[in-house]
Amino acid sequence: MAGLELLSDQGYRVDGRRAGELRKIQARMGVFAQADGSAYIEQGNTKALAVVYGPHEIRGSRARALPDRALVNCQYSSATFSTGERKRRPHGDRKSCEMGLQLRQTFEAAILTQLHPRSQIDIYVQVLQADGGTYAACVNAATLAVLDAGIPMRDFVCACSAGFVDGTALADLSHVEEAAGGPQLALALLPASGQIALLEMDARLHEDHLEQVLEAAARAARDAHTVLDRVVRQHVQEASVLLGD
Amino acid sequence: MASVALSEAEKVYIVHGVQEDLRVDGRGCEDYRCVQVETDVVSNTSGSARVRLGHTDILVGVKAEMGTPKLEKPNEGYLEFFVDCSASATPEFEGRGGDDLGTEIANTLYRIFNNKSSIDLKSLCISPREHCWALYVDVLLLECGGNLFDAISIAVKAALFNTRIPRVRVLEDEEGLKDIELSDDPYDCIQLSVENVPCIVTLCKIGYRHVVDATLQEEACSLASLLVSVTSKGVVTCVRKVGKGSLDPESIFEMLETGKRVGKVLHTSLQSILHKEESLGPKRQKVGFLG
Repeated sequence: MAGLELLSDQGYRVDGRRAGELRKIQARMGVFAQADGSAYIEQGNTKALAVVYGPHEIRGSRARALPDRALVNCQYSSATFSTGERKRRPHGDRKSCEMGLQLRQTFEAAILTQLHPRSQIDIYVQVLQADGGTYAACVNAATLAVLDAGIPMRDFVCACSAGFVDGTALADLSHVEEAAGGPQLALALLPASGQIALLEMDARLHEDHLEQVLEAAARAARDAHTVLDRVVRQHVQEASVLLGD
Repeated sequence: MASVALSEAEKVYIVHGVQEDLRVDGRGCEDYRCVQVETDVVSNTSGSARVRLGHTDILVGVKAEMGTPKLEKPNEGYLEFFVDCSASATPEFEGRGGDDLGTEIANTLYRIFNNKSSIDLKSLCISPREHCWALYVDVLLLECGGNLFDAISIAVKAALFNTRIPRVRVLEDEEGLKDIELSDDPYDCIQLSVENVPCIVTLCKIGYRHVVDATLQEEACSLASLLVSVTSKGVVTCVRKVGKGSLDPESIFEMLETGKRVGKVLHTSLQSILHKEESLGPKRQKVGFLG
């Protein structure tokens, strides 16, 4: 991709956004009737589905049950047709396992697991179309799905990715920007308190720039929170209208 | 497969109802639930479709890639099927739990397409023995509400209808070296003819009668089912018995006749819906999972 300008002189990115601008987020809760909770999110061209089952009895070995809190189990799967090049295995490869562990870490920080000892909460995330920011879309979808399932959480978990090009921090990277090879930061935030649930970065970034990139990601995550909050309120309003309130 | 626990009383209720041609949701024995079909749902693919049949939700993506023709069929392209039973359907499908069902469905899809007339594979050939189009049909099972095979076959047909393969030309220069040239216009594509693509009709034997499009509860009451793969002209391409019970030869013939009849009606409705959707053009509002 030599010669592709990620940030033009006027401050526009490849898809016409500004440096700190998020892609359009559209989301819907309660997509599937048979699961306990489900949600779908579109962040630009990235589409992700999250389905939650639980809290229910531990499946498999009872020995894994924790006596004082619930076990959170996450699986990340991306459809074989989600990327430009066809993927051979939807899940089970190293990257999917790692993403599953990261999602688990993120949600163990937010879900009030002490309320459901010796049970299991399953969170299954499916990426239908990947155009950058898949971790962030998965976390946002999973938050909505957990809320749809009625599982108590400390706060929303909102995530966003950020990068650094030409001295400017970019928020919400698309696939083109991720593939260009610059530093990428993934951040999951609990917006009300500002606590960070997960922070991950690969590639080299000078520590002087870290604060700027972190701030851009946090601001974008808070913007995502505004959208998700509106989606949840609208869903509750629709549900209460159906109940005849 | 995802199953639901039914008590004996509920089973008796369903069985007795079916004998009177009355099912729990008010349908007759040969009625389908409401089917929702939408194509062009995923943009990274050459064609895609989403089908909702009651609580069953299927997403199919078709990707066209360049490959080498198989040795025994040098003038034809080929289709590869892959079925992923997602854990979102039921937690039992987590990890490798859904692989068995996925392989079974994929093998059934290979069988129903394993004849000369379903898809014109010769149109997928670019240059004999060297290059051809390989269509990778990937099925994603998102929610399981009974009658998986029917929904998957409808989705595969809709996705193949929606598939657009770029037009290529083979240029040969003086030394005999071949070069493949893609057309400049991104909308210059070839469309597959899905006139003869079959659809599966599953007939579940409940008591003395058989039903079409069984829900999960009805499948729990049925010991044996017959999968019939039928084209729009009523030609049967594949018949398979599934389930742990046994079937009487008389009932197999009856079920075949029902399958052909129901299959023809299914095909006419599906064709009309697909053509109506296509006539709305690229400006139509895409709903996907948001609606």
